[in-house]
Amino acid sequence: MIEAVLSIGGIGLLAAITLGVAARKFAVEVDPRELALLETLSGANCGACGYPGCSAYARAVAEGKAEPSLCTPGGQSTLEKIAHIMGVAAVGTSPQVAVVLCQGDNARAQAKYRYLGAIDCVAAQRIADGPKLCPGGCLGLGTCARVCPFGAIEMTAEGLAVISREKCTGCRKCVGACPRQVIAMTPLDATVHVLCNSHDKGAAVRKYCQVGCIACMICKKTVPEAYVIEDFLAKVVYDHYQESGAAVEKCPTRCIRDFVEGYPEGSRFAPPVVPVKRQGAV
Amino acid sequence: MEKQLYLSSSPHIHSGETTDKVMRGVIYALLPACAVSIYFFGWPALMVLLLCTGACMATEALCRKGMGRPLSLGDGSAALTGILLALNLPPSSPWWLALIGSVVAIGIGKQVYGGLGSNPFNPALVARVVLLISFPVQMTTWTAPAPLGSGIDALTTATPLGEMKTAVMLTGRLPLPAGGEYLEYFTGNMAGSLGEVSALALLLGAGYLFWRRILTWHIPAAYLGSVVLLSGVFWLVDPSRYPSPLFHLCTGGLMLGAFFMATDMVTSPVTGKGMVIFGLGCGIITVLVRLFGGYPEGVSFAILLMNAATPLIDRFSRPSKFGTVPQKG
Amino acid sequence: MKLKTFPGGLHPPDNKEWSADKAIEDCPLPEELVIPMSQHIGAPAEPCVLVGQQVKKGEVIGQAKGFVSVPVHASTSGEVVAVEPRLHSSGRLLPAVVIRPDGEDAWVEGLAACDAMALTPDQIREKIRAAGIVGLGGATFPAHVKLSPPEGKIIDTLILNGVECEPYLTADHRLMLEETERLIDGVTILKRVLGVERAFIGIEANKPDAIEVVGRACAGRGIEVQGLKVKYPQGAEKQLILALTGREVPSGGLPMDVGVVVQNVGTAVAVSDAVRYGLPLIERIATVTGPGIAEAKNLRIRVGTSLSAMVDFCGGLQGDPAKIIMGGPMMGATQLSLDIPATRGTSGVLLFREGDLALVPEGPCIRCGRCVGVCPARILPTTIAAYARLDLINEAEEYNAMDCIECGCCTYTCPAAIPLVQVIRLAKGAILAKRRKV
Repeated sequence: MIEAVLSIGGIGLLAAITLGVAARKFAVEVDPRELALLETLSGANCGACGYPGCSAYARAVAEGKAEPSLCTPGGQSTLEKIAHIMGVAAVGTSPQVAVVLCQGDNARAQAKYRYLGAIDCVAAQRIADGPKLCPGGCLGLGTCARVCPFGAIEMTAEGLAVISREKCTGCRKCVGACPRQVIAMTPLDATVHVLCNSHDKGAAVRKYCQVGCIACMICKKTVPEAYVIEDFLAKVVYDHYQESGAAVEKCPTRCIRDFVEGYPEGSRFAPPVVPVKRQGAV
Repeated sequence: MEKQLYLSSSPHIHSGETTDKVMRGVIYALLPACAVSIYFFGWPALMVLLLCTGACMATEALCRKGMGRPLSLGDGSAALTGILLALNLPPSSPWWLALIGSVVAIGIGKQVYGGLGSNPFNPALVARVVLLISFPVQMTTWTAPAPLGSGIDALTTATPLGEMKTAVMLTGRLPLPAGGEYLEYFTGNMAGSLGEVSALALLLGAGYLFWRRILTWHIPAAYLGSVVLLSGVFWLVDPSRYPSPLFHLCTGGLMLGAFFMATDMVTSPVTGKGMVIFGLGCGIITVLVRLFGGYPEGVSFAILLMNAATPLIDRFSRPSKFGTVPQKG
Repeated sequence: MKLKTFPGGLHPPDNKEWSADKAIEDCPLPEELVIPMSQHIGAPAEPCVLVGQQVKKGEVIGQAKGFVSVPVHASTSGEVVAVEPRLHSSGRLLPAVVIRPDGEDAWVEGLAACDAMALTPDQIREKIRAAGIVGLGGATFPAHVKLSPPEGKIIDTLILNGVECEPYLTADHRLMLEETERLIDGVTILKRVLGVERAFIGIEANKPDAIEVVGRACAGRGIEVQGLKVKYPQGAEKQLILALTGREVPSGGLPMDVGVVVQNVGTAVAVSDAVRYGLPLIERIATVTGPGIAEAKNLRIRVGTSLSAMVDFCGGLQGDPAKIIMGGPMMGATQLSLDIPATRGTSGVLLFREGDLALVPEGPCIRCGRCVGVCPARILPTTIAAYARLDLINEAEEYNAMDCIECGCCTYTCPAAIPLVQVIRLAKGAILAKRRKV
């Protein structure tokens, strides 16, 4: 009995001493600021900052190699914390969220052909430029939803991608993943958007989509400084987003939408409150 | 209005062989073994078979609903697992043993990993080993075969492997053979789990699977071959202590294991070379456990251990791609 | 003779009996020929005619751009009614020259016959280039480029691809039976261009009449006919070279790296016409077949003939078409409509109705290993596809995604109906994009 106690106790003591010595001797010198910085970051490893993960960004900032404002998911609060730790001014860019510029789901936009194959937008786009007649519209096969690290994108039952303004952190992964470039980055508080991405002439758009922009210019006539028509497609001038709401009812195809009144049809997200309360990071 | 055309990536034709056809093929191949088990062990065998199949399918349906995934009973894999589990249980298994086994097999052995194709271990064997360790008495109570209509009552008895292990442990020598036993072992007139008794029935089923091209030669040949070789070496060294390769082939779960359990596609390697390595490993471990291990039967453990090694085997048995052979010009 | 073969591959049902015994028929000229500028690998040709211009058969209507490019010619005489983007077999609108035939079918002036054996190899190559000859097996690679190996690459073997391993297609089969002399002449010319002594014609054993006819014609002319075991994809270049010579083209390499040049039998016939008579490539043989066509036929078509004109000549559609495939069922491309033009690369048109399609829903991979067993490139389709779907492009590259020949064997045999070729193609695209960034 006594031998058992002594032998087990002895082994435990030996292990403890060994570990303690090793911890001292092989300790890695870490800048304490780096650890503090890591605490402020969300830990999502989304890559929006351009570094491979939050710990890499924390190290880069601690070494003075990176700007403190690169963590877009963290937003203003993270920027201020980072600036405080590093002792610099909190100068950053204004927060942005992603918006899918399309409302043409299966019920409202016509298909070019019946697609068979991998349920992936990039894959479908490679076959005769995608199963939609509209060259710029959302294909609805979910590639963006799969790459979003924050679960901010839903696919409606009729095949349209919709992005929640509360959950989106502005990391831009969806923008790069979409083969049709139908997702754009917009200022956080701008809730009025022209939800169309087709540069075809109005008559052509009419043929294949019920809610596409036909470049009738009524929005521009209503609020000249808030809209611009480029290549048969209207766009909100986001510097003047506050005035853009007046054109929403005037649009004949209802392609301009104010998200405060609700997301595109089929979405299960609750309409956002302005100013938008962001979830996501710290 | 005319329907629109389909556009897709090539190829545009398909062999027609689908997952559910493969699973159904294996189920058909097991029917001879099921029939023989009912013949030798009576209505309790039928009860175990039906209970396991039904409970496995029910567990899968419940798990899928709970996980929020689409139902997958159509692919037939749950039913197949049920039948395989039943064939691994003793004929006298109580209903609750079969039920717990089914829930463990599908719930823990399969669905927890994400369903068909994602499990690393053979679900039926996971259940068998869990039951063996949790309920050793029930899992090692064997009945002597009492063919239907023969009027013989079911009696508890030991399996041939069990007898061998006990004799060797106690006396260091094999029990004296009574002659003519091998034919009985081969056709199924011996004690054992429902599916393992009749090598003949299992070989018939395996033959059907080879014909359907659902089975390839790699794993069964490597498994049985290595068992014969390794046990043969020991037998030649001391035939009074080590049984012959023929004994090994006909007794225990080796036939069932080599043709139906080790060959489970999800848990075995994808390359031909890998399958052979897998079979060899199974054979070696089976023989070592049978001869020197604490349990009389080593097939379940051998297969589960090799299942664990499958990802590693896959990684190191990759074929060399076309165009890596040194040129002669 | 003993049949040679290669490891891997599989044998889908042939379905060649629909058209294997049908002699080649001339498809009549339609009312409008749409001749795309992009019918080959390499830079598309540039239109060099104007609307309203009268052109003659064989006249150059598109100039080649660069070395890896060929000129495009008018398929008949007539008036240029448009030079504009038209729907192309790629599913896109691409530049094309539209000609309304005038019914004369008059050749352009200046085409002269000559003795091929009196020309130098370089002169022959120029004639081949000027005739716009591209690989007629479907790849449409400019033939003069293939026949111009760079310094240091010694070619000792010429192989003619008479395999036609795709199910349903019989165009090359009929060509070998009916144009045997032109074929042999083309092979002889190609041997002269490359300066080789050895030439093989590989023919699959499901064409015993072709093996016999071509074999007899080749006797004593320095060309050997070799029968090959019927297995798809025996007609794939690398697999054909392996079966006939035992040499493996190195990964990432070309046939010339093992001293071989491969050409389709149709290309050889076109070479004979171009070099002997100066005729440009304006027509080819294509098989119109499948359960969705009233009568399957092998047609001699002029480049620019619409698929609908070809289908009409074959008795029209049988039932509603669900898939229109240009090429064979294993590697062909689905089309948006029948109103697209056949080009130099159109070896066949397949019509399938909805009931003929195997619309199997995709399921999880059951790791059965069938795809691994049939892959002629000896890679692991299931593993590459799994990595690609997880966006692990580096691992997909490590598992040799770039060596995939996209033959379709893996997808054909997959019980879970996973679109393996499609996913591996995506991986290849991602790998190339990654390489461009670095």
